[in-house]
Amino acid sequence: MTAQVITVTSGKGGVGKTTAVANLANALAMDGKKVVCIDGDIGLRNLDVVMGLENRIVYDIVDVIEGRCKLKQAMIRDKHYPEMYLIPAAQTRDKNAVSPSDMVRICNDLRVDSDFVIIDSPAGIERGFRNAIAAADRVLVVTNPEVSAVRDADRVVGILEAEEKGTPHLIINRLNQALVRNNDMLSAEDVLDLLGIQLIGIVPEDESVIIGSNRGAPVVTDGKSRAGLAFRNIAKRLQGLDVPFMDLDQQSGLWGAIQRLTGRK
Amino acid sequence: MNFFTRKKSATSAKERLQLVLVHDRTDLTPAQLESLKDDLLKAISNYIEIDPDAVQIGLERDGRSQRLVADIPLRSASRHRAG
Repeated sequence: MTAQVITVTSGKGGVGKTTAVANLANALAMDGKKVVCIDGDIGLRNLDVVMGLENRIVYDIVDVIEGRCKLKQAMIRDKHYPEMYLIPAAQTRDKNAVSPSDMVRICNDLRVDSDFVIIDSPAGIERGFRNAIAAADRVLVVTNPEVSAVRDADRVVGILEAEEKGTPHLIINRLNQALVRNNDMLSAEDVLDLLGIQLIGIVPEDESVIIGSNRGAPVVTDGKSRAGLAFRNIAKRLQGLDVPFMDLDQQSGLWGAIQRLTGRK
Repeated sequence: MNFFTRKKSATSAKERLQLVLVHDRTDLTPAQLESLKDDLLKAISNYIEIDPDAVQIGLERDGRSQRLVADIPLRSASRHRAG
C-alpha cells in the first residue's frame, strides 16, 4: 500500500476543518479503507474529542518526534473501525515542537501500510499550517459561503500555489440553501467563481453535525443526515470515484416529503 | 438606499469580495493602484497625446490569474494639427 496524504486546511478558524477530517476518515473507514488521522493543531487539540477518542490518549505526536515512544504506540485505534487510527496533537507544547521535515518523515512511515493519511491543519498560515502541508499529496481547502472565510481561503490557495503544492480542491461547508435561494448567502457557484479552484464537495448546513460532535460519533455514521451524505460522497471522490453532486434543493424529513407529495418540489 | 431598492446581501458580498481578492492577490492597495495609473499616464503622455478623462485602467480576474487592463484612447493627431 502507498497511502495518499491529504491535508485539510482553511485559513480561517471555525469553518469545519476538524469536522471534515473526522467525517472523511469515518467515511473512508466505512468503505473498508485503512485511515490514519493526524491532529496538526499542537496546543489546541480537538480531533480526539470530535472522534470520541479523548479517553484513550497515552502518547502524542511530539512524543513520537522526541523519541519517547514508537509511532505505533501513538496511533489510537478507533472504537468502531479497527482500521482507523488517530495520532493526537500534544496539548501542552507549541507548534515549534514539530517541523515540516518531522511531518514528512512520519507520513512516509505511515504511507507504507495505510490507504489514506488525513492531516487536520490548524487555522492560520504560520508554522502549524506549514507543517500540515509539508507532506501533502493533495490539499483540501474548507470554506463557508461567507466573506471572511472566502477571503482567507483565497490567501491559502495563493500560498499553496506559490509553494507548488498544486491547486487544492474546495469543500464548501455549511451552505444554507434557503438563504441562497433568497440571495442572502453566496451560492456555491459564486464561491467557485471567486476562488477559481475545483470543487470536491458541498456540505449543507445540518444540525446533526453538532449532535454528532457532541456524541463523538461523526455525522457520516448517521444514515439520514444530508451533511453525512455529502461527506460520504467526498470520501468516494477521494477514492477516484465519479459521484454526482447532490441536489441541494431537496429537503429531507417530513416537510420535504410533504413538499414532494404536493408537487412543490 | 431604501428597503425596496436595496441590493440583496449575497450580491454585495460577491462584489466586495471580487475587489478585495484582486488587491489581496496582487498585494497592491487601491492607493498604490491609483499612483501606478498616474505614473503610467505620465509616461505615455511623453510620447503621444491621450485623453486623460477617457482612460480606464483596472485589475481584472481571469480564473486565478490577474491582469492589468488599460483602455487608453488617443487624441487624433490629424484633428489636433487641423485645429
